[in-house]
Amino acid sequence: MLAVLTAPAIGRRADSTSLSPLTSLTELMDPSLRLPVEQSLAARYSEWVAEALDEIQGCFLITDPDIAGHPIVFASRGFLAMSGYSLEEVLGRNGRIFQGAATDRQSVMEIREAIREERTLQISLLNYRKDGTPHWILFHLFPVFGVEDGRVAHFVAVQVPIPRRSRCLRSLAENRHEGGTGRFLVACRNEFRSDYKLGCNPVVELFVDVDNRGLEAEESRHATEQEKEKACDAANSILSTLAHYSKLTGRVISDKRRSEAGISAINSSLVISLGRIKQSFVLTDIQLPQMPIVYASDEFLNLTGYSRHEVLGRECWFLNGPDTDADVLHQIRQSIQAEHSCTVRLLNYRKDRSSFWNLFHISPVRNASGKIAFYVSVQMDENAKSNEHGLSPHMRQLGVVGAVKVAVRSLSMCAGPSRR
Amino acid sequence: MLTIKRVPTVLSNYQDDSSEPRGCGRNCLGECCLPVSKLPLYAFKNDASPKVSSGADELPSDFFLNTLLLGQWEDRMSRGLFRYDVTACETKVIPGKYGFVAQLNEGRHLKKRPTEFRVDRVLQPFDPAKFNFTKVGQEEVLFRFEAGEDRKSLFLEHAVADEAKSPSVVAINVSPIEYGHVLLIPRVLDCLPQRIDPDNLLLALHMAAEAGSAYFRLGYNSLGAFATINHLHFQAYVLSTPFPVEKAPTQKIPIGNGLSQSRVKFSKLIDYPVRGLVYEGGSTLKELSDIVARSCIWLQENNIPFNVLISDSGRRIFLFPQCYAEKQALGEVSQELLDTQVNPAVWEISGHMVLKRKKDYEEASEDYAWRLLSEVSLSEERFEEVEAYIFEAIGLVESKETAAVEKNEGTPYQSSTTVSAAPHFTEGCLVLH
Repeated sequence: MLAVLTAPAIGRRADSTSLSPLTSLTELMDPSLRLPVEQSLAARYSEWVAEALDEIQGCFLITDPDIAGHPIVFASRGFLAMSGYSLEEVLGRNGRIFQGAATDRQSVMEIREAIREERTLQISLLNYRKDGTPHWILFHLFPVFGVEDGRVAHFVAVQVPIPRRSRCLRSLAENRHEGGTGRFLVACRNEFRSDYKLGCNPVVELFVDVDNRGLEAEESRHATEQEKEKACDAANSILSTLAHYSKLTGRVISDKRRSEAGISAINSSLVISLGRIKQSFVLTDIQLPQMPIVYASDEFLNLTGYSRHEVLGRECWFLNGPDTDADVLHQIRQSIQAEHSCTVRLLNYRKDRSSFWNLFHISPVRNASGKIAFYVSVQMDENAKSNEHGLSPHMRQLGVVGAVKVAVRSLSMCAGPSRR
Repeated sequence: MLTIKRVPTVLSNYQDDSSEPRGCGRNCLGECCLPVSKLPLYAFKNDASPKVSSGADELPSDFFLNTLLLGQWEDRMSRGLFRYDVTACETKVIPGKYGFVAQLNEGRHLKKRPTEFRVDRVLQPFDPAKFNFTKVGQEEVLFRFEAGEDRKSLFLEHAVADEAKSPSVVAINVSPIEYGHVLLIPRVLDCLPQRIDPDNLLLALHMAAEAGSAYFRLGYNSLGAFATINHLHFQAYVLSTPFPVEKAPTQKIPIGNGLSQSRVKFSKLIDYPVRGLVYEGGSTLKELSDIVARSCIWLQENNIPFNVLISDSGRRIFLFPQCYAEKQALGEVSQELLDTQVNPAVWEISGHMVLKRKKDYEEASEDYAWRLLSEVSLSEERFEEVEAYIFEAIGLVESKETAAVEKNEGTPYQSSTTVSAAPHFTEGCLVLH
């Protein structure tokens, strides 16, 4: 069962007094996510991929880091059977829902970091089914990259159950183990041979439904070579299926990021972080003269009526129109030149040419080098509900700026695959 | 008497002022002004409460951290309340096994008239003549943070202070180590000295839980472990990368009798320059908090300085007993390390180093961090003694059976011989702060 697929987690914490994860399931998928979640696979791999994926044996999930909350967009039948959930209960949710009280926190962190750094990870993990019972799985995560833009298109998480074994099998599994306590980074591309013979039959599933406390008290459980191989095989099948179907739409994917990617100013982990900020804002890249938009939140798209691909790469002044006050625009430009933030009210236009008064705030954002890398601009429709939860609109805009500043600074300081 | 001159960090704009309290009208956090103030209040949810307030929508999940804390912080930035723009300070992850984080920050350690501050005593009474947080101006406060009575967290933009309770506040740190660096000051009017007790540690855990982000940590420095002000406070900020200490391997400490009903898991750090204990789990936040608090109380009462890191939204707590100040006073730290002027408090121990000189920043290496932090750690022998006392203090017996799974490092547990818990410092050790 999938544990956590979050990068920086700014989400609601499960009730601290409960032991089972069930209480967090009372929330349904956010309705605004329904369409993106349903379209996520089809948009890249065509309508036929779901059927092809259904034919692959095994338990696995596919998630989309470009959608706010990094939700699950596909769950295999094997996964649903193993976990006890129905598809509706899982789609659109974040993988952390399968995590519970005894899930090792450091393992959760390793998964989070693997997502952030866009790399493969294989780790054993304690997860929880719908009925609250815990079980151990070998969790194998890998990213799938768009060849053209070099960005992560999806993450795939394969799970192989690790049953409780008799002592002889356990010690054999442990002896094969390289060291550490159940954590290993495996590059699983190569042929994988199970090259040992056992006296006893490793295939016998000695899975006993022991009491939860016993299971939870185990610090870790090691996977056998065979289980690791099973995970790699499933991963390869899924990857080749996705690669094949991605050719139908032209948005081809690969398991490797192409080193010379196109213009892709921000990496997947920054996208995931920004996706958690539920307000209208855009990020513009000031290192290019026309200051193109490199990120736009869903709320911006809803407010203005544009779709994401109509906005990305465009210069940031396109919301202005015939009746937009030129003096106010000048004020904004001056602030940008002076590297200051600025709050103004100006008339803007949606895609359908209807206008609205935009409470607009723009601020420079520095990255880890200490230099300005982006500008963040936050839009608010004056007529929209204001004074939510006791904070003025301006204060809410500042919240966006703060969250963006933290994300950009932190995520650019790491040595790693990030581009800035 | 041994003395060392050290340059402190200023946490409040009012810290430079003379220590005479000003009259009111300054809108401070003292008895004069705070009770009639109308600071915003964030009342975090009380799981045990039967009451559910109708009408008010539940706050969005990122409200506390993004909208309230970071948003208010950004507001104070635009009002020029910070000594410098920390986002203009270059920062990087040092290549290496653990990824220590280094920052070049020349503005943080400002020179000021040094004040005497004994660091040979972990517990010292509150001294109203010295700088404390009641003297801070209310503009440095972002909001009050207290337990609510509802099953939902609530936010009130202007809340009248409760006369019966001393308010707890979140204030900015004017010399921030990172964007969003704040101070949590429990029960500010009660003028508590810097010491851990169960209630206040629980408040800190609740703050970690409300933020709901594994990258928002809280930290605590005892006196003698580089706390700069003897008025109870925790620090907190967001850094969206794991701290080196969070990545370090741990070895579970098997527990025999005693608190076997407890779901708290105990481990110790292995292969990390500072020895420390890791507490995880527990059925409730309070259960975890109480156990950590009892451990800290033992250390306090036995005059061992320590630091606490609250990470993973309050689910994982690190406890580091340390001895750097004593070594410094005794002249046992190399001049080369002293020249970098890094005081190893909780953030440094966790792996986030602020360097004052460009040369140090450019040459910063994992090796340097390791060498510095090794000086902070208790020796293996001393740590095991302290560990044994701590377990005794919290009513646990370590299991005599060898751990089933761990096969590599890790010393098997030795039963402690009775050794008196000698005070950690030689008497008369004074550091000019």
